[in-house]
Amino acid sequence: MTGAHPVVTDGADETRVSGEWGGGVSPFRVSWAKLMMWLFLLSDTLTFAGLLSGYGYSRLSSPSWPASHEVFNLNLVGLMTFILICSSATMAMAVTAAKSERWADAVRFVGLTILGGLVFLGMQAYEWSHFIGEGARLSGNPWGAPLFSASFFVITGFHGLHVTAGVVYLATVLARSARRRYTADGVEVAGLYWHFVDLVWVFIFTLLYLI
Amino acid sequence: MASSTPGGLQVSDRTEAVAGHAEAAAHQGYGVYVRTWVWLLVFTLLELGAATVALPRAVTVTLLVALALMKGSLIVAYFMHLRFERLQFVYAVLSPFIFAIILFGAIAPDAIFRVH
Repeated sequence: MTGAHPVVTDGADETRVSGEWGGGVSPFRVSWAKLMMWLFLLSDTLTFAGLLSGYGYSRLSSPSWPASHEVFNLNLVGLMTFILICSSATMAMAVTAAKSERWADAVRFVGLTILGGLVFLGMQAYEWSHFIGEGARLSGNPWGAPLFSASFFVITGFHGLHVTAGVVYLATVLARSARRRYTADGVEVAGLYWHFVDLVWVFIFTLLYLI
Repeated sequence: MASSTPGGLQVSDRTEAVAGHAEAAAHQGYGVYVRTWVWLLVFTLLELGAATVALPRAVTVTLLVALALMKGSLIVAYFMHLRFERLQFVYAVLSPFIFAIILFGAIAPDAIFRVH
């Protein structure tokens, strides 16, 4: 086994002495990198929760709010959602491939995931430029409530930034996996980040575009 | 890997058990991810349908939020593998969400009952 860590040493006494809840050296039985990624994603979740509740407050307390289907192209956004879900699926498959040491497959699947991320970003850039062309600004918009466009730019922008960071992250995973200089654990941790980006989009898609 | 000391034997037993588990997980293949992917697409189509069909506002909102939560749970459980982690890790990861719920719960009444 490569990268052996205390995970493997604690289990025996742990189950014998104090059962599943006893703690031991590695109570969660996950790697350090994975635990840290989850902690980061938790804090990031609360950041997005803050942004979305701010959006919810502005919308509920505003006397009027533009009807989203009159402003947004739901076909385009539906396609963006579809692409992000597909990229999440290919990322999950990359993790499976890496875990069974099929590195050529893993590299291919990570490549597909990056492609999905880039297509998503391209479509978002198109959507933004279209929206800006129609007069939407951070400070206001032609459809009424100024916070409508402000929350749109801040929330989708923050998410787009996460997608961009994810593409860069996965590009390094791809480069290192192609040279067989990466571990299956590393691919899995990168996968957690990518799925989180997809997870956040599920709520942005629902709360900003559909409701 | 095997050692003559009792402690060493435990270590090697444990190593094999963990490796065997990882191998079993890897051999499950892509099936579970394909199924998750299909369900996510089905829920997305249902969401688009619920948003387009004319229903009472409360019904639309409830449907959309429920579908989003179901999609989110699928992603966390299967893509992010949380369903296959140890129970105490699952609790550790999910319990901070109480803060998000408090945040929404504290803000919502203020926003809804605000007099325009």
